[in-house]
Amino acid sequence: MASNSDLGSADFETLASTSDVELLKRAWRNEKAAPEILPYEAALIERAKGQIELVEENIEDYVENGIDPLVVSLYQMDLDRTQFLLRSYLRVRLLKIEKFMFHNLKSEEAESRLSEQEKVFAKSCADDLAKHFEESVLLKLPENYQSVLKQSLISEVDDMVPQPHLDTFVVCRSKNFVSLNLYEEGESPETVEMERGDLYFIRYKIVKGAIESGKIDLI
Amino acid sequence: MAGQTDPHISLFSPQEVEFMAEDELVQIVPNMNMEPLNFISGDFGRFVPQIPIEVPLWLAVALKRRGKCTFRPPGWLSVDNLTQILEAERESQSTFQALPFSYVEIARLLFDHARDDIPDMYMVRSLVEDIRDVRLHKLETNLGSFQGTSAVKISNVSAMEVNLVRPFVRRALEAFYKHDKPEADADRDTRSSRQPREANNEPRRPLRQR
Repeated sequence: MASNSDLGSADFETLASTSDVELLKRAWRNEKAAPEILPYEAALIERAKGQIELVEENIEDYVENGIDPLVVSLYQMDLDRTQFLLRSYLRVRLLKIEKFMFHNLKSEEAESRLSEQEKVFAKSCADDLAKHFEESVLLKLPENYQSVLKQSLISEVDDMVPQPHLDTFVVCRSKNFVSLNLYEEGESPETVEMERGDLYFIRYKIVKGAIESGKIDLI
Repeated sequence: MAGQTDPHISLFSPQEVEFMAEDELVQIVPNMNMEPLNFISGDFGRFVPQIPIEVPLWLAVALKRRGKCTFRPPGWLSVDNLTQILEAERESQSTFQALPFSYVEIARLLFDHARDDIPDMYMVRSLVEDIRDVRLHKLETNLGSFQGTSAVKISNVSAMEVNLVRPFVRRALEAFYKHDKPEADADRDTRSSRQPREANNEPRRPLRQR
């Protein structure tokens, strides 16, 4: 929901002309290609679920009413394709939650990217893993080394928490003209200008904002 | 059904790349009457015999398999056009010709399911294979001269080609970027984020080499 509300009016127009399946495909591709977990597309997923349920009911009706089996099988194929996208999207997210569970729960910002169910899942995963580590190893170590999150008590940061590698490179395609800063602040400013449809190998951090605002798609 | 690929090996499996290509629109000529289909992915139809209509590739293949339509091959998939493209691909070492993003997948699906609808099918197929080979070779050669460490433009490269070189290019660019970083940044990096990265449980690179 959050990602939809802050779209500008120009983006809204392209959104309005795009079907939910297209949006779901985009969300799925971005989620698969991004190194970190992206904000949950709550509104879109709700709509997709609703449409899937509707079509499932329709198909049952068609079968009962003796509609041409060819037509029924075509509707079924369309349904299968949408369901695949939805399932795959949710599973990629579960994979990422499992991989970065402590990281996802560490900050509010990271946690806000998860759906309610995903939060529950992440918490129970993290609790179980922490409990397992403690019982099998950590509690048998000297006191200074018993934290799940830190190598030892003298560590300043949580250095045993796997984090997504944001300096990695992704492939992206721009939908419209965009100009992006190549480097972070404090360094020599240099921009890259993308025309509509241009393909780039680019550092994830550079396009992170543009992906979340819907200007750029990962491929 | 919704099998996942290991995100470290290749992001999208060939099946997933094909899945995406199946949403491309193609022209078919139906030979039966059918009411409009109101799919989740859009509305198509109605279908009237001998009246050409645009539908997604997956739907076209499904209808073709049941003998309900014939394909109108896309304009780029002709001997004339492909011969020109092949020549142009061979001529220029650094640029790629404009082809549909999913040209390999589209061509492959048409060859598999609509061979009787493509004029000079064998010629067309061998041209597409030649073009693919020339482009892949060119892409591999060009990888040697990559410039820039934060953004590399790759014009007119197709879905399959991107997917093939992605694991290599990603690792290479990550390494370039790491070595190219200004000193101050590298220092800061050592202090604040090197240790967590060491603790990252991603597979270590030396172990992944074959």
